[in-house]
Amino acid sequence: MATTVTKTEPIVGKGVRRKEDPRLITGTATYVDDIEMPGMRYAAILRSPHAAAKILRIETSAAAAHPGVVAVFTGDDTRDVGPVPCAASLPGLRAPEHKVLATDRVYYVGHPVAVVVAADRYVAQDALDLIEVEYEPQPAVADPEKALEPGAPAVHPEWPDNRAFTYQHEGGDAAKAFAEADVVVKQRIVSQRLIPTAMETRGVVAAWDAGMRTLTLHSSTQIPHLMRSLVAAMVGMPENRLRVVTPEVGGGFGSKLNVYAEEALLAWISMRIGKPVKWIESRRENYQATIHGRGHVDYYELAARKDGTILGLKAKIIQDCGAYHQLLTPAIPTLSLLMAPGIYRFRNVSAEIIGVFTNCVPTDAYRGAGRPEATHCIERMVDLLAAELKMDPAEIRLKNFPGPDEFPFETGTGLSYDSGDYAAPLKKAMEIAGYEGLREEQRRARNEGRFLGIGISTYGEICALGPSSALPAGGWESATVRVEPSGKVTVATGTSPHGQGEETSFAQIVADELGVDLDDVEVIHGDTGIVQYGIGTFGSRTLAVGGTAIHYACQDLKTKIKQWGAMLLESDDVRFEGGACVCNKTGKSVPLAEIAAAAYRALKLPPGAEPGLVATRFWEPSNFTFPFGAHIAVTEVDPETGQVEIKRYVAVDDCGRIINPLLVAGQIHGGVAQGLGQALYEEAVYDENGQLVTGELMDYAVPKATMVPHIESSHTETPSPVNPLGVKGVGEAGTIGCSPAVVNSVVDALSPLGVKHIDMPLTPEKLWRLIAKGGQA
Amino acid sequence: MKTEISVTINGEAHTHEVEPRLLLIHYLRDVVGLKGPHIGCETSICGACTVAVNGKAVKACTMFAVQADGAEILTVEGLAENGKLHPLQEAFWNEHALQCGFCTPGMLMTAKELLQRNPNPTEEEIRHGLEGNLCRCTGYQHIVSAVKAAAARMGG
Repeated sequence: MATTVTKTEPIVGKGVRRKEDPRLITGTATYVDDIEMPGMRYAAILRSPHAAAKILRIETSAAAAHPGVVAVFTGDDTRDVGPVPCAASLPGLRAPEHKVLATDRVYYVGHPVAVVVAADRYVAQDALDLIEVEYEPQPAVADPEKALEPGAPAVHPEWPDNRAFTYQHEGGDAAKAFAEADVVVKQRIVSQRLIPTAMETRGVVAAWDAGMRTLTLHSSTQIPHLMRSLVAAMVGMPENRLRVVTPEVGGGFGSKLNVYAEEALLAWISMRIGKPVKWIESRRENYQATIHGRGHVDYYELAARKDGTILGLKAKIIQDCGAYHQLLTPAIPTLSLLMAPGIYRFRNVSAEIIGVFTNCVPTDAYRGAGRPEATHCIERMVDLLAAELKMDPAEIRLKNFPGPDEFPFETGTGLSYDSGDYAAPLKKAMEIAGYEGLREEQRRARNEGRFLGIGISTYGEICALGPSSALPAGGWESATVRVEPSGKVTVATGTSPHGQGEETSFAQIVADELGVDLDDVEVIHGDTGIVQYGIGTFGSRTLAVGGTAIHYACQDLKTKIKQWGAMLLESDDVRFEGGACVCNKTGKSVPLAEIAAAAYRALKLPPGAEPGLVATRFWEPSNFTFPFGAHIAVTEVDPETGQVEIKRYVAVDDCGRIINPLLVAGQIHGGVAQGLGQALYEEAVYDENGQLVTGELMDYAVPKATMVPHIESSHTETPSPVNPLGVKGVGEAGTIGCSPAVVNSVVDALSPLGVKHIDMPLTPEKLWRLIAKGGQA
Repeated sequence: MKTEISVTINGEAHTHEVEPRLLLIHYLRDVVGLKGPHIGCETSICGACTVAVNGKAVKACTMFAVQADGAEILTVEGLAENGKLHPLQEAFWNEHALQCGFCTPGMLMTAKELLQRNPNPTEEEIRHGLEGNLCRCTGYQHIVSAVKAAAARMGG
């Protein structure tokens, strides 16, 4: 329940209801498909029905002649547009040229082949059916391990081994750790391909202004400024004549942390036809042509002493890249490697990533981006080790955490964990769940032949992305805080929130710093025409990096405010407090609104000061932040149906200092639901020919309200020393913590049958078969 | 060939000539200009397009505009009366039952019908009642709380 507060008490830390919501609950918000412009045309895209084929011929004349059609374009027309960019670089990376429309070959189902521009969306769709494409289908490969086999079809003929890259890391001495170990557990673990499924699909409205020679690109994206730079390069126009506007964005989860062919294509079309043009992705296109997430086959080995002390880890990570590299594709599994040791003390790590081309849509960042895969693996391995040593999974974790006095903690993968007390959330979660009692209940259930499981995951994550040196693009963030002449405050952030609620949490920070009402602070974002350059919203960075830039801009502003206050109070000893400058000697005060009026009227200036009350900061973080937590899932498997019932779900998350507990709860709930989707329900399935079988919401199980349990959410609060707010980030925590807790729980439930590991998703069919075969896979 | 239809939307009478194949959702959004109901799938799974047709929650992406001829339609834009938010809107705001907001208009309309049928639903009944509306952001927990809170406020 939200609380109402007045400016006399701090607002940071309060669960105030969101400033964003009035427009969203009344149907008055503007998403990209809501934009109308005079003379606007509609684009529809013809996509490949084949996973691999040569294009022999494209016949567009019937489509072009169809009444209402303005233009039809193919890859021949767009040779000078693009290529679609990949910002990540790795040594030896093979990067296929990624054109905006296919020319002589298609590489995945959904590959764009031609575009129709018409007077309305129905006509555009009609005309698509009139385009004739003659394909010569080629052998395709959709499974990353099969793609690595000798003789597999080559996705890109120039690289017959289908290897996009290999990347290795040695930390400590893994060979020695394994030689000295009493026990080694090994497991192949799959983190299946997922479809992000933002409820709003992608969409673009491009509007060329011939008079001003400027282009405005409205796009449903998480990164407006990066998009401006990259699309300007793709269409060959000066960056300062391209304006990217991000309207309301209906969810992203990483799938809109990208620059796609369609953004440049629509920009180019608008310039070409001299009219505004709109393209809205259908759900089928969204499933075929927007990035997927995960797509790992991992081989892990964990070495330990017989007392449960973990000594080292060997990991081989096979990343299904898909047919191309999208913006960050090759970088995603490097995050898995960084996160591979989880939150345990051992430092001996030997890891290898093999990036593989397949005839599938590219994988890229999806909520957690590399970290859920790593966490799933290490948390499964720790449970396998516990089972091998007949130890309790909680006990083995508590034994291997670094202590709170060991921070900053240097990992075997080159990270420096900022702060933590890893035992605290686990102990708290065990207390909330009643762990001992649950084990007792489990013993009773087992005696009755019931499959009751208790699963623990203790996760860490890499958030607040991040130091610029560690990222493919800059990792800093920008903020402008402006006190307007009336005393109202405008904040322009370079981040691009799209549901996370930073219009509210940023306003809370500013309201406290400047002593103004929450309602007097407006936060603007997502328009390169009015906001200074920024990086965007992803990697649980918006509050920790973007909020910190705002914090520092407020400090600069307060220095200026005090200069003006001192002049107006005719005193050299003033403080700024409660929205006013106060003379420490006389107690006289002048409110912010009066100071602002004087600063803009500028009849007299303080010594060395300029008119106006504006401060802009670009803040570069010195490190990532490292949130952590513990989730406990209690499940029961029905042997008759294979159905998993989540009986309890306890989440104790430490995301550093909490600015708005209501928003934090929302992020945890939503994150857990997506982790649960991976654990139990969701899988992007390509058949052996590379045909996407789960091509609609009809076939892909996004969790419904009945499929998600009530989440018992709680927190510990360990401030981050990386930023002055002490915040760490919470956008991905729920997703990262959830899937191993659920899978560990179900494996625990079925362990009396000798089950040691099950790959996700844990569908009723999979579990029913497993139980029917007495636990033998 | 176009057909004339007359509908009452949020209390206002509208008459238009429409193609028989025009979906109700496109009629509402593109012809009438009501952008509140959204399109999330076009296959009647996600529920973002839900509106009330003659008092019943209907997915407007799987109904033709001509089928709505003569009907009384309520969209999210018509929920608030005289500038006063509907108790469901107020509860969604108070309970943080939305994040990106894309599913919200449909979710509100389905919840409204649910409370008409069952003014005092249990958590399980709420979850079942909202099964036809997908939300990818909230994990549904705050939506369930909001529907409960609205039911209490509406005297269920």
